[in-house]
Amino acid sequence: MSETTSTESREPVIPSQPGPRRLLLEIDQVVLRFGGVVALNEVSFQIHEGEILGLIGPNGAGKTTCFNVMTGVFKPTSGQVRFAGARVSGRKPPEISRMGISRTFQNIRLFPEMTALENVMVGTDSRHKTSVVGALFRLYRVRPKPEELPQVTSEAGLLRTWQQVRRSCAQIFGLSRHILEERAAEKKSLELLRFVGIQGRANEVARNLSYGDQRRLEIARALATEPKLICLDEPAAGFNPAEKEQLLKLIRQIRDRGHTVLLIEHDMRLVMGVTDRVVVLEFGTKIAEGSPDEVSRDPRVIAAYLGESVDAA
Amino acid sequence: MMNKLRATEARRRAALSGIADRWAALPAWQRLIGVTAFIAILYYLPLLGVPGLTWLRTDSIDGGNSWAGVLFTCAIYVLVAIGLNVVVGLAGLLDLGYIGFFAIGAYSVALFGSTNSPVVKWMQRTFELEPTWAVAWAICIPLAIALSLTSGVILGWPTLRLRGDYLAIVTLGFGEIIRIVARNLTGVTNGAAGISAIPGPEGAPSADNQIFGLQDLKPWYWLAITVVLLMVFAVRRLENSRVGRSWLAIREDEDAAAVMGVNGFKFKLWAFAIGAALGGLSGFLFASRNAFIDPSQFNATLSILFVAMVVVGGSGNMVGVAFGAVLLAYLPERFRFVSDYRWVAFGFAMVVVMVLRPQGLIPSRRRARELQDRAKEAKVSV
Repeated sequence: MSETTSTESREPVIPSQPGPRRLLLEIDQVVLRFGGVVALNEVSFQIHEGEILGLIGPNGAGKTTCFNVMTGVFKPTSGQVRFAGARVSGRKPPEISRMGISRTFQNIRLFPEMTALENVMVGTDSRHKTSVVGALFRLYRVRPKPEELPQVTSEAGLLRTWQQVRRSCAQIFGLSRHILEERAAEKKSLELLRFVGIQGRANEVARNLSYGDQRRLEIARALATEPKLICLDEPAAGFNPAEKEQLLKLIRQIRDRGHTVLLIEHDMRLVMGVTDRVVVLEFGTKIAEGSPDEVSRDPRVIAAYLGESVDAA
Repeated sequence: MMNKLRATEARRRAALSGIADRWAALPAWQRLIGVTAFIAILYYLPLLGVPGLTWLRTDSIDGGNSWAGVLFTCAIYVLVAIGLNVVVGLAGLLDLGYIGFFAIGAYSVALFGSTNSPVVKWMQRTFELEPTWAVAWAICIPLAIALSLTSGVILGWPTLRLRGDYLAIVTLGFGEIIRIVARNLTGVTNGAAGISAIPGPEGAPSADNQIFGLQDLKPWYWLAITVVLLMVFAVRRLENSRVGRSWLAIREDEDAAAVMGVNGFKFKLWAFAIGAALGGLSGFLFASRNAFIDPSQFNATLSILFVAMVVVGGSGNMVGVAFGAVLLAYLPERFRFVSDYRWVAFGFAMVVVMVLRPQGLIPSRRRARELQDRAKEAKVSV
């Protein structure tokens, strides 16, 4: 037992160096026009499994639009988005979510009247099968694992008999899939709330959470859909330096859980500190791609951020 | 004046939520006893004879209607409110044509169960059946549910792509269409003349009926309240499941819900279909008890009344909407002297409620799950 623990503590470091990794998402020559406005102009880049990719650019560069194309909110005018080999463009958002892409929103979009826990449970629900008929009649029975059976806790008396009857019934007839899924959703959601650090506010209505907690809750909700790729849209907006530091840690932890991260961010320092690779957009066109170091030295990127022309630099 | 009212209101709200909190904090067995006692009282109500409470009965005033009859009306309105609450309160779809589903439920039992209906007469001729033959009442139940559910799907399929006001307009039109079709399709529905001899549990209405007769209405109320309780149980199951969460998520932010994997169209259609089925069931009970229906009983005013029950009671909360339904069905019966001015009084009350308590009399309080203990159990696997 002690051996396994020690190997586990040594092993889980996932190499952050870019190596030969599987291609996860491929954005191929995507063009998006709104009438005469070209929001994205032949943007192409790839995301590999297990990396943290930064997508940066000045205001209005098309970062969020790029996100919206990837999550099915907008359909590209031409070009394609492929996820793990399958076409994304043209599918509906719920389908894309099931394929394994999830996101947070730049302007927080939680379900304000639902509790934090329920918000996350909506995310976990997307992997469950029970629907109206299943929840209503609960006829689909599953043989429960021993730890899922109702426990007999009472020492004696009527209550004990009742608990024993329930346990035996569950052993004979099984438990409904609805109940098992409901329990799994709750457990996983609590675990995710703990992961992002707001487990103490599980029963609070989302509207009443502080700004920072709402941002964290959005991340937990996005993680609940079990995404292969999670897209964070300016998660640090409005954060102070200490909170940003915590967020950096959280983003690395998300990657270490096995998710690939795409990060849109304004704050150059945050991007430089956490990403493996950076793609820079300006006016809907990709102007640079590479490691944070390379990109931050690229004269065109400096120009885009500081407003100087390339010639002047 | 306004501020004072608001302050009183805030105090009352605090007291109310206190009651709800204390109720939720009770052990399960005590809540079970509470619920059982409440149900027992519901079944006892038509016999109400406790000295000091008899003034509640509607037949305690001159020219008052039968007490059990009023209770029956309350019960079917509660059923309507519960169904409409699924659509309006949970899924957030404003449906102003709910009377349409109520009418479809009522007409299904009338058209197939009554020997006077042109449909039954046509069946008798075509299949050479006896002139007393009609579809049995018990078979009309699933028939009414299936027909209203199907009509909900048929209406919902094309229209649920619309949002907000547009959906309200389309559904308002639907309610009117059903009424006008029922009036003009004389060959099928007897038109404005209506259909009589609609059966009850004991078959066509006649003086020989022992239990479900025309005089003693208590059994009708007991039947209706049983149906209501069953449906409350069923809708609660849905509310506390993935389905209920999806409805709320759609109501709160449909686009965000879609990105989180909620198939909005599917769940909205389900909400519409379930709402329609409950409305149809309610209409079915109404028609069986009334034994006669005609199209004028299903006008748009009633649709507005149904929405009012939900909004006044507290949209999204089943206890609230049931309370709203009872209030709007009972008060005009008990206080007959205002019944001439009932629409004025009613409109005024609506305005007052909307100004002082826009969330309804007993608003939906997002149930805080009792998780304090279980939160500690959940293991961290980071």
